Amino acid sequence: MRSSANVVIIGGGIIGSATAYYLAGLGIKDIVILERSYLSSGATGRCGAGVRQQWGLDMNCQLAKASVDIFENLREELDYDIEYRQGGYLVLAHNETQVEQFKRNLSVQAKYNIPSRLISVKEALEICPYLDTSRFIAATFCPTDGHANPFLTNYAYANAASRLGVEINKFTEAREILIEKGRITGVVTDQGTIRTSIVVNAAGGYSREVAAMAGITIPTYSERHQILVTEPIEPLFQTMVISFQIGIYTQQVPHGSFIMGISEKEEPSHNINASWHFLEYMVGQAVQILPIFKRLRVVRQWAGSYNKTPDAQPIVGEAEDLPGFFQAVGFSGHGFMIGPSTSKVLAQMIAGQPPEIDVSPLTYKRFQTGKLILEPSVVG
Amino acid sequence: MEEKKDIVICRCEDITLDMIRECIRNGADNLEEIKRTLRCGMGPCQGTTCMPLIRKELARYLGVSIDEIEMPTKRPPLLVTKFETILEGVEGEE
Ligand SMILES: Cc1cc2nc3c(=O)[nH]c(=O)nc-3n(C[C@H](O)[C@H](O)[C@H](O)COP(=O)(O)OP(=O)(O)OC[C@H]3O[C@@H](n4cnc5c(N)ncnc54)[C@H](O)[C@@H]3O)c2cc1C
Repeated sequence: MRSSANVVIIGGGIIGSATAYYLAGLGIKDIVILERSYLSSGATGRCGAGVRQQWGLDMNCQLAKASVDIFENLREELDYDIEYRQGGYLVLAHNETQVEQFKRNLSVQAKYNIPSRLISVKEALEICPYLDTSRFIAATFCPTDGHANPFLTNYAYANAASRLGVEINKFTEAREILIEKGRITGVVTDQGTIRTSIVVNAAGGYSREVAAMAGITIPTYSERHQILVTEPIEPLFQTMVISFQIGIYTQQVPHGSFIMGISEKEEPSHNINASWHFLEYMVGQAVQILPIFKRLRVVRQWAGSYNKTPDAQPIVGEAEDLPGFFQAVGFSGHGFMIGPSTSKVLAQMIAGQPPEIDVSPLTYKRFQTGKLILEPSVVG
Repeated sequence: MEEKKDIVICRCEDITLDMIRECIRNGADNLEEIKRTLRCGMGPCQGTTCMPLIRKELARYLGVSIDEIEMPTKRPPLLVTKFETILEGVEGEE
């Protein structure tokens, strides 16, 4: 391991790996990633990897659209097949209030050339013929939404970063951040100390603990979310189907298996054990929307952490109270889909360049000033 | 070495020894990363046949003893279960 670096990134998930890659691409040398376990051991390797652009706020539409533009070319850019597919996202509306909200969202999405539209139940059936039509009254659909393979995306960024000279230290834990006279001077790990003046908190579920090492208090917390995968079957439909009301999402991946998840009431914790309760609840809710699922067989289930903030929007940028301490954390259930663009913007900020998307509302100070970001379309 | 080319190591996902070696050469130095890159161990058998073989291969490549290579987590429910069966379980409890 190096004994000094320009930038030390804590966390080797999609955010840490992509930030390292974009930073190196901007010509920054001597970048180190610290990952306390294997790459993709955190939320990235446990996630549904859905990529949706159907958001209700300008900034989120911009970040999501910019990520899709990146995803569309990532295979060529990183020379790695990340199994990115654009089968669309079908968002179910269960009542008139939701339809009205979705119409407002669509007008924001249109500003950024996101090709989403409101569709009838009949049109929804053309996209996914197996939906129970008694369960929704309309939907929105965006054909360029989709999903990728999260492990491969994580490795694609990490490998590309390492080709650009980034040092990736797996099984290496950041333990302490050294600060002298209000400036960062180094990071203590279980494998030795690295001198540096810039640290990036990309620690996912452990973001609050890492911020605390820098003396910064952020209100992020981790919450267990569970997911399962079925045996592969013949292709049924291409789109992701989601409902904000039920908190459910499901999609058939190229391999033929369905993945699906649902939000449950959870206390904040680092628990990532799978539960039988989830299996029953998940299956019970899924077959109500998609009765054909009765014939599916579950092969594996697992859990991961959403790293959440009080407004379910991330904290991104340099800490006002500690120059050189950058963060991209608290992504809730959407850090994969906006990961590429957010990491790129963060890299621009670290390199001292003007960020291509203004993410200043994502400051952690908003939790003190009360300027919360109220996004209507978030999976909680 | 030619004749070893098509040795299938993971039967669930049809992964050969060559693919595993390439994956290790590309930087996957632990079983979790190999599993996630190639899907071996994610099929119905959950790695029962392939993981010990891959473990041996990885240990040889890294020049360490097999015991130093950690085995990946097995995921429940371990037995492939039909959704209908899970639903019956739910109803049975009521
Ligand atoms: C079940 C589930 C489903 C999801 N579905 C989706 C989806 O469909 N679409 C979507 O966009 N998002 C989804 N998400 C959210 C998404 O997974 C996350 O927002 C995203 O992966 C966050 O990436 P990250 O790099 O910030 O964090 P992580 O991938 O968690 O990476 C952080 C890394 O930091 C390491 N680390 C922590 N502390 C230290 C330390 N002290 N020293 C060294 N390393 C450290 C950890 O080991 C970890 O590997 C889902 C999440 C879950 C759990």
